[in-house]
Amino acid sequence: MIKRVHFPPGVLPYLLVAPQVAITLVFFIWPASQAIYQSFLLEDAFGLSTEFVWLENFAALIDDPIYLQSFGRTIFFSAAVAGLSMSFALVLAAFADRVVRGATAYRTLLIWPYAVAPVLAGALWVFMFNPTLGIFPYFLGFAGVKWNHYLSGNQAMLLVIMAAAWKQVAYNFLFYLAAMQSIPRSVIEAAAIDGAGPFRRFRDIIFPLISPTTFFLLVINAIYAFFDTFGIIHAVTQGGPANATTILVYKVYNDGFVGLDLGGSAAQSVILMILVIGMTVVQFRYIEKRVEY
Amino acid sequence: MASITLENLTKSYGETEVLHHVDGHIEDGEFIVVVGPSGCGKSTLLRMIAGLETITSGVVRIGERVVNNLEPAQRDIAMVFQNYALYPHMSVRENMAYGLKIRRLPKSEIDRRVREAAEILEIGDYLDRKPRQLSGGQRQRVAMGRAIVRDPQVFLFDEPLSNLDAKLRVQMRLEIRKLQRRLGVTSIFVTHDQVEAMTLGDRLMVLNAGYVEQFGTPIELYSRPASLFVAGFIGSPAMNFLPAQAEGGRLRLEGGATLACDTASRGPVTLGIRPEHLVADPDGPIVLRVDVLEQLGANTLVHGTLAGTRTELTASLDGVRQIATGDEIAFTAAGEALHIFDRDSGKRLEG
Ligand SMILES: Nc1ncnc2c1ncn2[C@@H]1O[C@H](COP(=O)(O)OP(=O)(O)O)[C@@H](O)[C@H]1O
Ligand SMILES: [Mg+2]
Repeated sequence: MIKRVHFPPGVLPYLLVAPQVAITLVFFIWPASQAIYQSFLLEDAFGLSTEFVWLENFAALIDDPIYLQSFGRTIFFSAAVAGLSMSFALVLAAFADRVVRGATAYRTLLIWPYAVAPVLAGALWVFMFNPTLGIFPYFLGFAGVKWNHYLSGNQAMLLVIMAAAWKQVAYNFLFYLAAMQSIPRSVIEAAAIDGAGPFRRFRDIIFPLISPTTFFLLVINAIYAFFDTFGIIHAVTQGGPANATTILVYKVYNDGFVGLDLGGSAAQSVILMILVIGMTVVQFRYIEKRVEY
Repeated sequence: MASITLENLTKSYGETEVLHHVDGHIEDGEFIVVVGPSGCGKSTLLRMIAGLETITSGVVRIGERVVNNLEPAQRDIAMVFQNYALYPHMSVRENMAYGLKIRRLPKSEIDRRVREAAEILEIGDYLDRKPRQLSGGQRQRVAMGRAIVRDPQVFLFDEPLSNLDAKLRVQMRLEIRKLQRRLGVTSIFVTHDQVEAMTLGDRLMVLNAGYVEQFGTPIELYSRPASLFVAGFIGSPAMNFLPAQAEGGRLRLEGGATLACDTASRGPVTLGIRPEHLVADPDGPIVLRVDVLEQLGANTLVHGTLAGTRTELTASLDGVRQIATGDEIAFTAAGEALHIFDRDSGKRLEG
C-alpha cells in the first residue's frame, strides 16, 4: 500500500503564488491589454478626444513605407547581431573547449559583459567610437577610414550591431561551451583516431552535435535583438542618423513618447508582442521535440 | 601488421605518477590482454599507445617507428571504446565510412569495405540506422566494424564488453577472438575481468597500481604467478594464502603442522595453494574446519578455516558432497602445487 500524504487545502498555496500573479498582472497583463485597447483607438494631436477605429491603426502601418523599412532594418539588425555574436561565441567556445576542459576562470571572466546593463554597454561603445575622442576612430584614421556614426547611417548601424552583439557573446559562449563539454570525450577521440584534424572534427562532429544549441540560441538572440536592444540604441544613436538605426522596438518608443501617436505606437507594440509570442512558441515546440540528429 | 614495443614507459599527471616503468614487447599478430583492478592504469597505458595521452617518459614503438610524438591518426591504429563512441548523428554506414572518407579512398572501395565488414559482423541490415536505434550488442558490433574497415596495424580495445549483459559478453568475447585470429591484427585488449583476460589473451600483462606484476601466457600466470597479487587475481576460486615458516626443506604452518617442500629459504613466508589443488587425504597435514558449502554441481566448494586458527581456507571437491558445518577434513598438496612468496615483498620465492 502506498501511503499518500495530503495537505489540507488552505490559503497558504494561494498566498505563495500571489506575488507572482500580482507582478504578472501589473507588469504584463494590464499593460498588454492596455496596448491592445489603445491600438484600436485614434487620438487627436492634442490628446483631447479619442475615437474607436477598429483596425485602422494596423492598416496604416502596413501602408507606411517608413514602418516597413524599419521592419526590414530590424530583421537585418537581428540577423547581424545573432550571426556575429553567435559565430564569435562559437569560435571562442571551440578554443576554450580544447584548452580548458572544466576550468572555470575563463568562464567567469567571459560572463561579465552579460552582467553589464544595456545602456552602460552602449555608453562604453559610444566612448570608444566617439568621432573626436574615441580610440577606434583615431586608429581607423590611420587606415584612411573616416569614422563618424553621427553622420553615416551605415556606420551607426555597424556600431549598434557590434555593441549589441558584444553584450550577447558571453551568454552564447556559455551555452556553446556547455554543449561542447557534454559531447562525450571519446566520440571526439574516435574522430581523431579516424584521422580527422581539429578543424574537421569541429565541422563533422562537434558542430552537428551542438545544432540543438545553435537553434535555441538563434531564437534567444533574435528575441534579444528585437526587444532587448532598446537600451543600447537609445544610448548609442537614439535611432539616428535619419532613422538609420530605428528598429521596431525603438520606433514604438519614438512614435509613442516622442511623436505622441499613441494608437500607432500601441499597434506596433501589439505586432511586436505577437512576434515574440510566435518565436517563443516555435522554440518550445522545438525543445519539446528535442534533438533530432 | 606490426609489433609493439614499450620501453620504460612512465605517465604522470602533475606530481602523481600513475604508470611506472612499463616494459614489454608484443609480437606481430599477437593478442595481448592488459588486466588489473579498476584504477590501476590500464586505460592510461592504452591511450598512450593510441596517442590520446602524452608520454611522460619512455618510448612506444609500433613496428620500427617510434610513435611518441605522432598524432593518433598517424599511428595507424583503431580503437574500440568502452562506451563505443559512435558518432550519434551519423548512420551506421557513415560511422564506418568516416575514417575512409577522410583518407580519400574512392567511393567504390569504401562501399566494398563497409559491405565486407558489415557481413563479417552481421550488421548488414542496420546500415542505415542511427546508433540510438541499436541495442548495446549491435552498437558494439558497429564499433568493431568501424575499427576493421580501416585495416589498421593495431587494434586497441578499452573494456569493450563491460557494458553488455553476461550472456552477450561471453558471445562477443568468442567473436572478437575469432575475428582477431582471422584478421591477424596485433591487438591490445584492456579488461578488469580475469576470466575475460584468461580466455582471450595469447599473453596477459597484469597491472597493479601502475606496475607490471607479470607478463606471460595464461598458463604461466596460473601455474607460476610471480607475486601474491597475480596469484590472488588469476584463478577462480581465488588461491588460499597461509602464513608459514620456511625451515629449509619443509614449511611449518600455523598450528604446528608441517609440509614437505623443496625450498631452500628460511624465515616467514606466505604459502599459496589453489583450492583445486588440495587433495583430500586422511593423513594430510592441512586440516580444514568447514563453515559453508557452495554446491556448484560439477564440484563443491568447501569454505572454512585452517583448524585451530582463523586463517580462511577453501577447497574444491569433485561432485556433490554432503558435509556438516564444523566437520574437519584433512588435505595434502603436491609439491608443485605449493607457491611460496616472500612475506614482505609478496614476490615469488622459487620453485
Ligand atoms: N586526466 C587525469 N588526471 C589525473 N589523474 C588521472 C587522469 N586520468 C586518469 N588518472 C588516474 O590515473 C589512474 C589510472 O587511471 P586509468 O588508466 O583510467 O585506470 P583503469 O583504466 O585501469 O581503471 C587512476 O588512479 C586515475 O585516477
Ligand atoms: Mg579504464
